Amino acid sequence: MHHEAPIVKFLGLHFNLANILMITVASAIVFLLAVLSTRKLAMKPTGMQNFMEWVMDFVKNIINSTMDWKDGGRFHILGITIIMYIFVSNVLGLPFSVVVDGVLWWKSPTADPAVTLTLATLIVGLSHFYGVKMRGAGAYGREFFKPFWFMFPIKIIEEFANTLTLGLRLYGNIYAGEILLSLLAAGLATGVGGTIAAALPMLVWQGFSLFVGAIQSFIFCMLTMVYLAHKVSSDH
Amino acid sequence: MLTNSFVLGAAAAHTGVNWGDVIFQLVMFIVLMVLLKIFAWGPLMGIMKQREEHVAGEISAAEQSRVEAKKLLEEQRSLLKEARSEAQGLIENAKKQGDIQRDEIIAVARTEAERIKESAKLEIEQQKEKAVAAIREQVASLSVLIASKVIEKELNAADQDKLINEYIQEAGDKR
Repeated sequence: MHHEAPIVKFLGLHFNLANILMITVASAIVFLLAVLSTRKLAMKPTGMQNFMEWVMDFVKNIINSTMDWKDGGRFHILGITIIMYIFVSNVLGLPFSVVVDGVLWWKSPTADPAVTLTLATLIVGLSHFYGVKMRGAGAYGREFFKPFWFMFPIKIIEEFANTLTLGLRLYGNIYAGEILLSLLAAGLATGVGGTIAAALPMLVWQGFSLFVGAIQSFIFCMLTMVYLAHKVSSDH
Repeated sequence: MLTNSFVLGAAAAHTGVNWGDVIFQLVMFIVLMVLLKIFAWGPLMGIMKQREEHVAGEISAAEQSRVEAKKLLEEQRSLLKEARSEAQGLIENAKKQGDIQRDEIIAVARTEAERIKESAKLEIEQQKEKAVAAIREQVASLSVLIASKVIEKELNAADQDKLINEYIQEAGDKR
């Protein structure tokens, strides 16, 4: 079901307060998770430290599969933050959604194209920044004319296409999941029988959405590293 | 209502881009990344690096001790070999020494026996000579005695005859 968004205007900018809230919540959860699990660091890792180290190694493998660790090591922290933030954001809308007076407050922040496109733009912007920083403006500029000079317009389009697909893929997946969840919850579960009938598909879809959320965060992180490698590595 | 819900932003009050969200998301993400780097990833990476170094150190230490152990084993083995050959030498030496000693002892015993035999012979000889000398002496004194007895009884021939016979008889009896 469609719900209103709590939009306010402040300093000439439109703020969706639900987004603000959920971005803050997701950030806070990631931060607390990371900080609490790295409070008691030991040479012999236990409990959450193990998990965090696994995440680090996971991201490290993603980076290693796209570029040299010599170049990619600096993106390690970016990668871990992205994968954790996006995963937490993706699953935030799964357990429940909160609607107050027809206004949707609790949802996945990544179910909003503005949020996902912001992250995508940040990634593509970073890739250009590091491309210039690590290879020099000349080598960076020449990449646009390879392998043929007339590829230049296509290369320019590619950059925008990358940004759009990176953001919209994530948004589409999560938004579709939430739509179906809200349809199941509000559209079907109207009576006792409906609630019982909706429980099973609800459960299935939540499990699938959890899977999709994990996969999408992995894909986002993977593509981040691919785009960065594309600009940073000289062997492309 | 239901069809409306599929149309993106159909019922939204504001149809433009929420730039406030964009800026907020950007700022939040960067702040989150910086905070995590300071409070979580930094220390975690530190301890992972430390562990890596520790493991590498342990491996190299193990390698070193292994090499050392090998060296020691080699040393011990050579020492054992040396000791064994030394013992062999000692036994051989002792055997040789024993042989020599045995020969020596036999030789010494042989010469000793020879010497004893010699000395025994010598003594026998001496005793014989002594005995002969003693007999000779006795014979001489006996002769003198006979002579003196003869001289004593020279006066008459009959007596002399008688005496001679007597003595001869005597001597004959005694011998």
